[in-house]
Amino acid sequence: MRESLGERIFANINVILLTIIGLISLFPFYYVLINSFADPIEAASKSFILFPETFTLSAYEYIFSTKTFIRSLGVSAYLAIFGTALSLMVSAAFAYMISRKRLFGHKVLMIALLITILFSPGIIPNYLVIRELGLMDSLWSIILPGLLSGWNALLLKTFFDGIPESLEESAHIDGANDLRIFFQIILPLSLPALAAFGLFFAVGYWNTFFNALLYISDPDKRPLQVLLQGMLVMSETGIGDPTAGAEAGQQVPPQTIKMAAVIIATVPILIVYPFLQKHFAKGVMLGSVKG
Amino acid sequence: MKVANFQAKKPIQRQNKVWNKLKRDRYLYLLGLPGLLCMIIFKYTPMWGVLIAFQDYSPFLGFLKSEWVGFENFTLFFNNPDFFMLLRNTLAINLLSLVFFFPVPIILSLMLNEVRNEVFKRTIQSIVYLPHFLSWVIIAGLTFTMFSTGEGLVNNVLISLGFDRIEWLTTPEYFWGFLTGQSIWKEAGWGTVIFLAAMANVDPQLYEAARIDGANRIQQMWSITIPAIQNVIIILLILKLGHIMDVGFEQVFLLQNSAVSSVSDVFDTYIYRVGVKQSQFSYTTAVGLFKSAIGLLLVILSNKMVKKAGGSGFY
Repeated sequence: MRESLGERIFANINVILLTIIGLISLFPFYYVLINSFADPIEAASKSFILFPETFTLSAYEYIFSTKTFIRSLGVSAYLAIFGTALSLMVSAAFAYMISRKRLFGHKVLMIALLITILFSPGIIPNYLVIRELGLMDSLWSIILPGLLSGWNALLLKTFFDGIPESLEESAHIDGANDLRIFFQIILPLSLPALAAFGLFFAVGYWNTFFNALLYISDPDKRPLQVLLQGMLVMSETGIGDPTAGAEAGQQVPPQTIKMAAVIIATVPILIVYPFLQKHFAKGVMLGSVKG
Repeated sequence: MKVANFQAKKPIQRQNKVWNKLKRDRYLYLLGLPGLLCMIIFKYTPMWGVLIAFQDYSPFLGFLKSEWVGFENFTLFFNNPDFFMLLRNTLAINLLSLVFFFPVPIILSLMLNEVRNEVFKRTIQSIVYLPHFLSWVIIAGLTFTMFSTGEGLVNNVLISLGFDRIEWLTTPEYFWGFLTGQSIWKEAGWGTVIFLAAMANVDPQLYEAARIDGANRIQQMWSITIPAIQNVIIILLILKLGHIMDVGFEQVFLLQNSAVSSVSDVFDTYIYRVGVKQSQFSYTTAVGLFKSAIGLLLVILSNKMVKKAGGSGFY
């Protein structure tokens, strides 16, 4: 069936509007990226740069010459990798346990998990528990409370619900115990789901800000987001240590350095994004309302 | 050997049954143990800890020895002018989000659904989903890059066009608008995921039939697509009402400054400032408990309404 003139106009306006929306979504990145490569002298002489005339990596060179930034990058990478692996193990194992309906007490455990989603005691009691445990200024203060997040455990449980118990029963008959079944049958079967949740955990750890703000004051253990907050929001000029890169810092205006920092912090997300994208629509549907 | 006493037989058997189950599933319990411990320590201990809201808690005396003061911290809070400011800011920010943010993902997904070119559609989708995965620190950084008074792009463009600078981020009148705008930029694209999924479930035959009957694209959207997502809209709206006391700490905290403090403080930023920074633990635990209790009530109510509206709720 041919489209009428009205329909074609409608379709074209729609495409134009969506293109504009796409550009609005991308423009801040474009601007930041362009300016992170801008020549400091050009950046200082012009009030804004939309198209680069010069191209330099000096802002990036400066950032990677500072110990502070490298250390924060390391902390965030450590949290994202180690924290994700631990969270995934703990959450998946717990979710598997409560997904087995034959288990004595599985209902009680399920309700206990739901309560943690429905009621949060607030910032201060959490803060005091971390303090009493002596975890202040330790990266465990960020990892341990996040090991079992109620939502993710619930979603994982929904996923494990779909694995029939008869599968284990036959493994039981063959003499495998639950540990073996979990590690050698269930986990390999769930790899796609685990990959999706792993990526979500990793993004979460990479973006950790609030907990680090509360619990970490040692500059050596500051995750990237906290360092960025200092640079971008509080406009502290220096990420430079007193030793390294101080002289370089005088040549490069802070603005290009800020931009480069934003880009560096975003790149890991952009790298995992294609993998993430394959899974998230399913993940969202799993956890949300079915209309 | 058989048990002679008939009446004692039943409870013993039952005990054995439970014991046998526990023993049979011992490895399953072992698997769940680390998670269980985390839950007890990091989720349930703090729940017990909210009791310091009824104490004059002193870190030196500890929880057990601190003096109990009943509802004193709560009366203190309710009589504090800050209470109304926090409540007003929280409700205002959420109502603005309800009016201006909430419809955007719906409109956006209707637009995306009308695109016939799959490549273009996927490209736009990937682009608008992306900001969801960035931290609020990055979003705040981008906001400053665009709108700060000194170096912000918007002001520099205004200047070069011969206008005056505008103090976007230090004018209280603009603050709520900026929060709403940030939310739209970051989350509107992500919000389309669920609507697009609902639209994908519509039977294509319905559209064909409508076209044969002479319905144009707008009419098809109006009488097929929108009714198809109607339930999802209602359910998400109700769920959002359940969270009307929640404003994300990070978003507000990162954007606020002393010039806009009267409109920017919400419960969580207040708790952080007064509780953590000034160590007023009992008082701010009371503030937090008030917020959590209202939140719990609203979530339970909204979940009930979701179930009435035909959704599955989330528990």
